[in-house]
Amino acid sequence: MKQVFKRPDSLKDVPFRFCPGCSHGTLHRMVAQAIDELGVREKTIGIAPVGCAVFAYDYFNFDVLEVAHGRPPAACTGMKRAMPDRLIFSYQGDGDLAAIGMSEIIHAANRGENFTVIFVNNATYGMTGGQMAPTTLVGQKTTTTPKGRAVHGEGYPIRVSEMLATLETPYYIERTAMDCAKNVIKTRNAIKKAFTYQMDGRGFTFVEVLSICPVNWGMTPLEAMDWCGGPMKEYFPVGVFKDEGKRVV
Amino acid sequence: MPKKVAMTGNVAVANAMRQINPDVCAAYPITPSTEIVQQFSNFVADGIVDTVLVTVESEHSAMSACIGACAAGGRVMNATSANGLALMWEMLYIASGNRLPIILSCVNRALSAPINIHGDHSDSMGARDSGWIQLYAENAQEAYDNTIMAPRIGEHFDVRLPVMSCMDGFIISHSIENIELLDDKQVKDFIGPYKSNVPTLLDINNPVTMGALHLQDYYIESKRQQHEAMKKAKKVVIDVGKEYGKFSGRTYGLFEEYKLKDADIALVVLNSAAGTAKVVVDELRKQGIKAGLLKPRLFRPFPYLEVANALKNCTAVCVMDRADSFGGAGGPLFTEVRSALYDLPARPLMINKIYGLGGRDLGLEDVRKVYRELVKLAESGKAAKLYEYITVRD
Repeated sequence: MKQVFKRPDSLKDVPFRFCPGCSHGTLHRMVAQAIDELGVREKTIGIAPVGCAVFAYDYFNFDVLEVAHGRPPAACTGMKRAMPDRLIFSYQGDGDLAAIGMSEIIHAANRGENFTVIFVNNATYGMTGGQMAPTTLVGQKTTTTPKGRAVHGEGYPIRVSEMLATLETPYYIERTAMDCAKNVIKTRNAIKKAFTYQMDGRGFTFVEVLSICPVNWGMTPLEAMDWCGGPMKEYFPVGVFKDEGKRVV
Repeated sequence: MPKKVAMTGNVAVANAMRQINPDVCAAYPITPSTEIVQQFSNFVADGIVDTVLVTVESEHSAMSACIGACAAGGRVMNATSANGLALMWEMLYIASGNRLPIILSCVNRALSAPINIHGDHSDSMGARDSGWIQLYAENAQEAYDNTIMAPRIGEHFDVRLPVMSCMDGFIISHSIENIELLDDKQVKDFIGPYKSNVPTLLDINNPVTMGALHLQDYYIESKRQQHEAMKKAKKVVIDVGKEYGKFSGRTYGLFEEYKLKDADIALVVLNSAAGTAKVVVDELRKQGIKAGLLKPRLFRPFPYLEVANALKNCTAVCVMDRADSFGGAGGPLFTEVRSALYDLPARPLMINKIYGLGGRDLGLEDVRKVYRELVKLAESGKAAKLYEYITVRD
């Protein structure tokens, strides 16, 4: 019988231990599929964040470096400059990338460093128990904003893709969502495109992925997917914010 | 009336913060201290406290916001652990250098790499030279009590230094214990309103600049003042601990001596491990072995004269460190205690054990082994090893 589905080589044969309904497992698989399809597993190095995806090295079947909270873009910069022929990517959440590591990501993007960032935006700090993130929606209840995020004092959610797209140097910036199967495939394609650009030496590539966190949102996985596809997408529209590869010269 | 309640170490500290009702709390979550500010943010949201809670984007910014708020004249509190404290490093020195009595709950956790979330003292031990007063707690009750005493110590006009109040991550922060909560009014009366003996920023009658450039001309004088303030802190810690005892029934000093007065052999150990060691001391005493324990409470300033006096009659002493000082002459507590004993006319024999890093459990049998080694050391006069790891795979 013809085999039509298998575990990607880039994933280890271990079960995911994320909370029920969490997007991380599916997204890890999409990253692994993209690497398999490009045939670059032996050349890939990932950078694991601090946050729920801290265990990325337990699942990815290639080398992974764990660095301090928020510093993956700086670590990627050093690694890519030392080994320009490798596929190097960071996998970061909104606490890691948009809070503690905001300066690192902006400057790495601005220098046009030739690596890929996968930015998992689930509008909360998942690992520490559902505190307000910079991407938490206005009015969204979290453990540090029990009455909902207030604009006065806590500001508006930061649209990182749009902000990075104002820079001249980034090569490719796209936001996708994990709210339905079709968009999961779109996410994989965006990651594959980013990796392809990187292997071609084009420069900084960034894929923001709207993800669900049913446990900390206090929703069932289905409700969470609806919320991701509804209010989250309304505030964080999906789409391509920058794609220099498509620019007509 | 004080009441007995069951709560985790973190919730106990959050309740101490509620009773202190600081002006500003700026924080960024990190395991295992997260629950303190999370619980406290409920108090803020429910209007139980008047505190302005700032959910900043990193620990570096958290301590920076605390510095700003304290310089502006506020009573300021914060909580963190491990790499969070490490990221604050730069600001820790600026807080103490500007003589800002900020209160920080440090829920002790191992530093990366490899990444680990469990309790050891590598975080606060790394900050021991940052000019902060450091208090350590064996259990949730002590962590609660230390938090309430911290403003009185740090804000004292002879001191004016920030205070770090430490407890063991998970072992204490996440374990539920019965503790005694004071009345809100008792705490309010004890700590009093925030006062400053120096002008704060935006006092238009007394304009000041803080942290201005000091080069070869004045920098060393500024550090000398910190040095003197730190020395004076010891007496303040004793006085505040006595005053606290008068209404709470729990008097605190520089360290706890457990069956130490007539002890031949003794352990020196910080925080929760002291609780384990006390059980073993009781066992040994029943067997007729004169074992004792010294549990430091104040680590900065280190009360070296008093520690030397307390240990002077021991034949053999083991200092247990839950942090290493890689390449040093022993762990950070060991080098401190050993140095304190140097001026004694007859010094105890000393050994050092590094234990429990990254939350590795320290069991009763581990402690028994150490005491057995001390018995041998006292008899033979010769240490097999001065400085070694225990609770470790060989």
